[in-house]
Amino acid sequence: MLERPLHLKMSGAGGRSADAGVSTRVSDASRHPLEARALSYAADGKLLIDSIDLSFAPEGISVMMGYNGAGKSLLLRLLHGMIEPSSGRVLWSGEPVTEEVRRQQAMVFQKPVLLRRTVLANIEFVLKSRGLKDPQQARRVIERVGLSDLANRPARLLSGGEQQRLALGRALALNPRILFLDEATASLDPASMLAIEEIVRQARDSGHKIVMVTHNIGQAKRLADEIIFIHDGRITEQGSADAFFENPASREAQAYRDGVILTHENTGELNA
Amino acid sequence: MQDFAQSFSLALMHIVTLDPDLIEIVGLSLQVSLSATVISCLIGLPVGAFVAVTRFPGRSALIVCMNALMGLPPVVVGLFVYLQLSRAGPLGFLGLLYTPTAMIIAQSILITPIAGALSRQVLEDLHKEYREQFSSLVLSTAAQIRALIWDGRYSLITVALAAFGRSVAEVGAVIIVGGNIDHLTRVMTTAIALETSKGDLTLAMSLGLILLFIALGINALVSTFRLTASRYGYA
Amino acid sequence: MRNSINRLGVFLAVGLGLSIVNAMAEDTSILVQSTTSTANSGLYHYMLPKLDGETGIKVNVVAVGTGQAIKNAMNCDADVLLVHAKPAEEKFVLDGYGVKRYDLMYNDFVIVGPESDPAGVSGMGDVKAALTKIAESGSAFASRGDDSGTHKKEKSLWAAANIDPEEGSGGWYKSTGSGMGATLNTGIGMGAYVMTDRATWISFKNKSDYKIAVEGDKALFNQYGVILVNSEKCPDVKVEAGNTFINWLISEQGQEVIGSYKVDDQQLFFPNAGQENM
Repeated sequence: MLERPLHLKMSGAGGRSADAGVSTRVSDASRHPLEARALSYAADGKLLIDSIDLSFAPEGISVMMGYNGAGKSLLLRLLHGMIEPSSGRVLWSGEPVTEEVRRQQAMVFQKPVLLRRTVLANIEFVLKSRGLKDPQQARRVIERVGLSDLANRPARLLSGGEQQRLALGRALALNPRILFLDEATASLDPASMLAIEEIVRQARDSGHKIVMVTHNIGQAKRLADEIIFIHDGRITEQGSADAFFENPASREAQAYRDGVILTHENTGELNA
Repeated sequence: MQDFAQSFSLALMHIVTLDPDLIEIVGLSLQVSLSATVISCLIGLPVGAFVAVTRFPGRSALIVCMNALMGLPPVVVGLFVYLQLSRAGPLGFLGLLYTPTAMIIAQSILITPIAGALSRQVLEDLHKEYREQFSSLVLSTAAQIRALIWDGRYSLITVALAAFGRSVAEVGAVIIVGGNIDHLTRVMTTAIALETSKGDLTLAMSLGLILLFIALGINALVSTFRLTASRYGYA
Repeated sequence: MRNSINRLGVFLAVGLGLSIVNAMAEDTSILVQSTTSTANSGLYHYMLPKLDGETGIKVNVVAVGTGQAIKNAMNCDADVLLVHAKPAEEKFVLDGYGVKRYDLMYNDFVIVGPESDPAGVSGMGDVKAALTKIAESGSAFASRGDDSGTHKKEKSLWAAANIDPEEGSGGWYKSTGSGMGATLNTGIGMGAYVMTDRATWISFKNKSDYKIAVEGDKALFNQYGVILVNSEKCPDVKVEAGNTFINWLISEQGQEVIGSYKVDDQQLFFPNAGQENM
């Protein structure tokens, strides 16, 4: 295996995460078991993910940032095994990812896809898919995301924020070893967003590894233990959140952090 | 126009007086066509769902075939089933020709492609919405199919209704395999055909109106059902 | 998915099973492949309850054209055949499909036409001459065209008149390919002459301005026969019940019932079992 000095441009230490600032891959024990090696994805002759090598800090919240079209969401789906890479591999503890491993992962999408059933039945559905039938467990999950009063409401009649909380609860019900969030708060009002963030923080504190994509710099600052910046299908830097926001190494990351770019980003968001 | 008014009042009279012969015929019509609808859904829904959620070589060709089979001529289906169930045919030993069971078999064959093709369409649309979530949950194909059928149940009822409508309205298949035997295999449509051939157009039309009333009633029931469902965000 | 298929299998098996049990339980019910005229005229409706009362036999009638009735019986889908095409019936027996043919009853064919009578055949008693006039004037004529007893008869009459109506097919000669009632509906709809058995005509309710134009020719005689399907060819034939039915039909009682059936005060069928043909 070739060790590529991918994260060389990291500025000094000082991140919250144990591994922040480490510029080369270290032993498996100090990284999360999920990793990508020479991962590429091409569509219509365009290389959208360009030979990415990536692993995460073993704990905490890793936040992926980057311009629209940089390949963040695509990378998340590749890591989660939802789509097959054109070349390269996603590994779990050095082994190819099996369905069994995938069942220990969960993902929340920007737009929650809820079943046409009650709040409770949505949770019960995923528990049942994992062979779990404890009726109390679904109740506990709903309580965890603050939806106990709405347990028997049809899920599709909930507000956007409530729906996303349910989607997050559904993901956490699987007790995942890694939880992916793809712009999970992008279409929510500030209060709903903060409610989601609180649940995410609690999940982190109870030991769930979280990998999330967001464009919200404030959110990234509030949550991130580790920042991964993606540009043009490549990872241009990975390191502690503090380091990233204080002194981004790459020009793109600097520009991205810039307020003007933020406006550009929002415009892009509207156009998307 | 006067004929029509006459037919209308005759139809009403039949209904109001609960004519026992008519009740028998209506009952058999419903029994045969509802059974065929249940069977066609038991086969067509899982097949439609399977085609909706999976990708395999020849899938597009299969979909074209399923869609084309929706246009199966009832007479051809009737003939096919007659040839199988005739004493001289391979399944003749069952002694099913000229029984309601034979009619159910013929109508099931006629409408299973409808249940399959329409449910495929409905469930594929739903699957587009659910696909990423299902993929993330690593659900088996069987689990996906079950979830789609359950979540699409209100749309699928419309599919079942279309299948039922086709079966209760067709005459070509049931008259061949049922034989239009009085008190045994006579249903609404074969009775209408018989009265037409006797030249009793008024009676034939009044039976047609009753068939229409039944269809209206069933549709109204289902519409109410769906309306309630959509109010709960289930449809 | 496998579950649903299993369930379906059980469902079908139960359904089939029930039907088989049903079929075996009803040993006293027989299946009669019949010409349409006897069914459409209401004869069975009138006659069968009396039969049931006396013999306890339940008769299920499938009414199709004579040609199809014979074919269905050859497929063993009948216990008894009741039709009206003597040559075809005799061939059916000769080929071993039927046990024995009995004359049962007769009536006659008539040619009905519109009030306007475009061929000028109204009141004629010579069917050959009438058909010649219809063909020569090119007046519309609607034929069954379905190989039924009536159709066979009609073809023999054209042949006797030395006319090949097929030459006019699509023009004045309209081959409907359907049953008697449907052909009458069609013919009346387009002002065509139609040959029909008298029983169907009398009980037909959509006569419009149509009247009987040609009748009374001996060539228009219409004999009905009844045959038990041969159990040597078709082992499932219910011989006992079938014989009971046929014996009742040709018995004094049965013949009396047939003769007593009237529509609009007109007798439709004339019993002639055991008599020499006219």
